[in-house]
Amino acid sequence: MASAPAGTLYRGGEGMWSWVAHRITGVAVFFFLLVHVMDTALVRVSPSAYDVVIATYKTPIVNVMEVGLVGAVLYHALNGIRIVLVDFWEPGPRHQKAMFRGIIVIWLLLMIPGTYFMLIHTIESLFGSTS
Amino acid sequence: MSLEIADPRSGRTATGSARARSRGNFEKYSWIFMRVSGLVLVFLVLGHLLIMNVLDGGVQRINFGFVAGRWSSPFWQTWDLLQLWLAMLHGANGMRTVINDYAEKPATAFRLRMLLYVVTVFIVALGTLVIFTFDPNIA
Repeated sequence: MASAPAGTLYRGGEGMWSWVAHRITGVAVFFFLLVHVMDTALVRVSPSAYDVVIATYKTPIVNVMEVGLVGAVLYHALNGIRIVLVDFWEPGPRHQKAMFRGIIVIWLLLMIPGTYFMLIHTIESLFGSTS
Repeated sequence: MSLEIADPRSGRTATGSARARSRGNFEKYSWIFMRVSGLVLVFLVLGHLLIMNVLDGGVQRINFGFVAGRWSSPFWQTWDLLQLWLAMLHGANGMRTVINDYAEKPATAFRLRMLLYVVTVFIVALGTLVIFTFDPNIA
């Protein structure tokens, strides 16, 4: 397979796939944001209306989806910082691949404990606290 | 008597170029806005997610009383208002880019952009109204 032409940052490899993931996570988070503003707006209806809808966020399946949401936001944030560094930091474009690997490592380091803490609250509320 | 020399390409750029016919430097300012708002949102949104989903009891402790406690503080009201506006404008501008990239017919792109703008104005207005008119004693 022919290698990508030299000097391209956005065709193939880390440059392209980081961009694809940035789009997908961005669109997904935007649609969640629309829903989230509307569910929070229920505080203007009544406390019980809000609490009933927020209860769905506490169920195990939606809680796992929240881990996915946090993972999407965290990736979008870290890659966004990488984009700013590529655009404004003089050596940025030369280090874009290393920075992509860097944000994946940071993402994993934050998501592993983050996932644990997000899920443990739900597990404890279902089966009782262990502490 | 001075010699008048017109600027290079002045005859074309004044009225004929794509930039002159469009909206000046709108795309440049939108590009800058994405980076500036993005960096602010890194702190606002990751802080929001940490507080709401990870610390203390995470999402399990959120209810009307929790919201009332937070919004009794101007600090969190300001945080949430800034977060709402920046996130919606950042997200809407990203969606505008996506629509322009993938909608091939100009009429389709136009309709999708109008839908996007209506939804964006509605959500920003709704969220702003909720933050400013929140009543902890609503029955």
